[in-house]
Amino acid sequence: MEIHSNDFKARAREALADQELQKALKLVQVKFVPNRAAAAAEYGDFEALRDAGRDIRNRALENLDLWLERFEQEATRRGAQVHWAKDAAEANAIIVDIAHKNGVKKVVKSKSMVSEECGLNDALEAAGVTPIETDLGEYILQINDHEPPSHIVAPVIHKTREQITELFHAKHHKPRQTDIGALCREAREILRPHFLSADMGISGANFLVAETGSTVIVTNEGNGRLCTTVPRIHVALTGIEKVVPTLEDLSVLLRLLPRSATGQAITNYVSMNTGVAGSGDSDGPEQFHIVLLDNGRSRVLGSELKEMLRCIRCGACMNHCPVYQAVGGHAYGWVYPGPMGSVLTPSYAGMEHAHELPHTATGCGQCSAVCPVRIPLPELMRKEREMQVDAGLRPWTERLALKLWGWSASQPWLYGLGTAIAARFLKGLGGEEKLIHRLPLAGGWTDGRDFPAPAGKTFRELYRAKKELH
Amino acid sequence: MRVALFVTCLADLMRPNVAFAALKLLKLAGCTVEVPETQTCCGQPAYNSGDRATALTLARKVIDEFSGYEYVVLPSGSCAGMIRAHYEELCKDDPALLVKAKKLAASTYELTDFLVNVAKLESVPGDFAGSITYHDSCSGLRELGIKQQPRQLLGKMGQVEIKEMSEAETCCGFGGTFSLKFGDISSKLADNKCENACATGADAIVGGDLGCLLNIEGRLRRKGDRKTQVLHVAEVLAGKLD
Ligand code: SF4
Repeated sequence: MEIHSNDFKARAREALADQELQKALKLVQVKFVPNRAAAAAEYGDFEALRDAGRDIRNRALENLDLWLERFEQEATRRGAQVHWAKDAAEANAIIVDIAHKNGVKKVVKSKSMVSEECGLNDALEAAGVTPIETDLGEYILQINDHEPPSHIVAPVIHKTREQITELFHAKHHKPRQTDIGALCREAREILRPHFLSADMGISGANFLVAETGSTVIVTNEGNGRLCTTVPRIHVALTGIEKVVPTLEDLSVLLRLLPRSATGQAITNYVSMNTGVAGSGDSDGPEQFHIVLLDNGRSRVLGSELKEMLRCIRCGACMNHCPVYQAVGGHAYGWVYPGPMGSVLTPSYAGMEHAHELPHTATGCGQCSAVCPVRIPLPELMRKEREMQVDAGLRPWTERLALKLWGWSASQPWLYGLGTAIAARFLKGLGGEEKLIHRLPLAGGWTDGRDFPAPAGKTFRELYRAKKELH
Repeated sequence: MRVALFVTCLADLMRPNVAFAALKLLKLAGCTVEVPETQTCCGQPAYNSGDRATALTLARKVIDEFSGYEYVVLPSGSCAGMIRAHYEELCKDDPALLVKAKKLAASTYELTDFLVNVAKLESVPGDFAGSITYHDSCSGLRELGIKQQPRQLLGKMGQVEIKEMSEAETCCGFGGTFSLKFGDISSKLADNKCENACATGADAIVGGDLGCLLNIEGRLRRKGDRKTQVLHVAEVLAGKLD
């Protein structure tokens, strides 16, 4: 997928001015946030569950190579073929090759963020294979001129129902439907024949289970199960970090994921795909290909950001992020938005393409307070800022300002003088109102806010004067 | 109790009364208070901007200045959080410094937390009469667990009514340099905060971090609200300063 992360500022500004988007985004706050809170409260000791989730993911990552080997062995033993892709281009080439070898013309897809990461749909189309998105949200985006998703769990959260009504009316040439059920039915009628006529199904995988060689997906619509069982070929594409050692481990993560994502105790469907259809099986694919993508993950594993690989893609961090709530996912300019995206995008797509993102958070810590696997997201964003400073990627003005300020703050006498001057200067600017409407070099502040002026003398001065008096 | 007051750079420059109020409250709580003269800033702006070297220089200075005291108290959750939750990470590569950083972290408190849980202040002199809504600043809340402490202290004031706003725990949009880099997003979040606060009809918005308070007041005034007061909790609790 093309990356626009360095345009964050401009995109965010547009988002703030977009009334329809602002209306749509309300749902995040009124639905996802309270639903997650209710599900966590109802569970009982959700905090202990989060600890367990963190530990399981850490265990898997500590010996990632071994668990992946075990996964490959078990999957292969059951008739699946495991492919290793070092980057997006390789993953796409592997999948296009599978399609070509098997004369595949049409593919049904269930939702996969890794396929977005790879730009798989474009690669398939270029190779003469038609991909059909079958997740309702992804389907809506596909018929809307391949619009990118804006959320990793609810890809179309940025649209209002009214917008979808108009889109369906325009694309399906049918009477306008305003009821959500009717809209779903309309999409379902169009998608059903595709499931039956597709030659190949592509899914992602929320988890890979090493001890059984299974890929696991959690969905609510049932399209995932059709994609993985009806066509004769199933391709599961996911990242190498998704492996967990055992089914027991999986059961813990399955308790965490839906509660954190949508506030459900369990999703409508939890599908485990293990091997190919055996003789006597009534369904299942003849071929099962599992494509495991690196694309920067092993680099993250060896870096200070490795905790990020624990991520189970629940979306809670973005749902609870005040910045995401204000500007939505498209502002972030790539596949992964919100706090997790601000950490991942520079790592996967290259810091130079996403140097704005580690700065797009207030550091409020709400994301890490809800992350089911306790990823310290603000800390990781801060580490990325350090990497930028070390690599000389920050503007020289900012670096100079910090150095000057830091230097003067280490010279108490000079600092005292500087702040005494600043206090008077700011007081003067504030005038009788004691409010500064425009502050030189701080337009970012005063464009939308006044700056309350100080009293005119620093504490240091006043305190010393008082002490001398006594 | 021998306490060092860390004024914080923002209170020093922008609102000295916050520090005088803290001083008064600490003395009332029976502490011997000193204000180390050479103090400046805890280094948080540099740390959060990724300038680790500058942050470390300032952390070293703070550790030198404040290590000799039984307690260090700050009228700010985010600066106290910097020392308590981040100095250890910042100093991790210098074993000797790390030992001191940990010790300092263990003796450092945010003001209301200290007054309630260490000094056990019984009564407060503030004479504010009216209704208050309390904004829970992020670092204090999530790094230090500051939630009930300020409310308990405000509850000791006879004529104060606390009206809780919805989303009291949601960020006001300040975020240090975030407020300058992404001014329009920051203003939007401040706007949400102001709306929630004003919906309570409270006479004053009160909080424990000057950065947030300047942000909230700045947005309120820009929108034309000259009436709602925006106060630091220390100012409310301390009442008249001499
Ligand atoms: S970082 Fe945590 S909260 Fe965000 S998507 Fe990943 S697991 Fe969920």
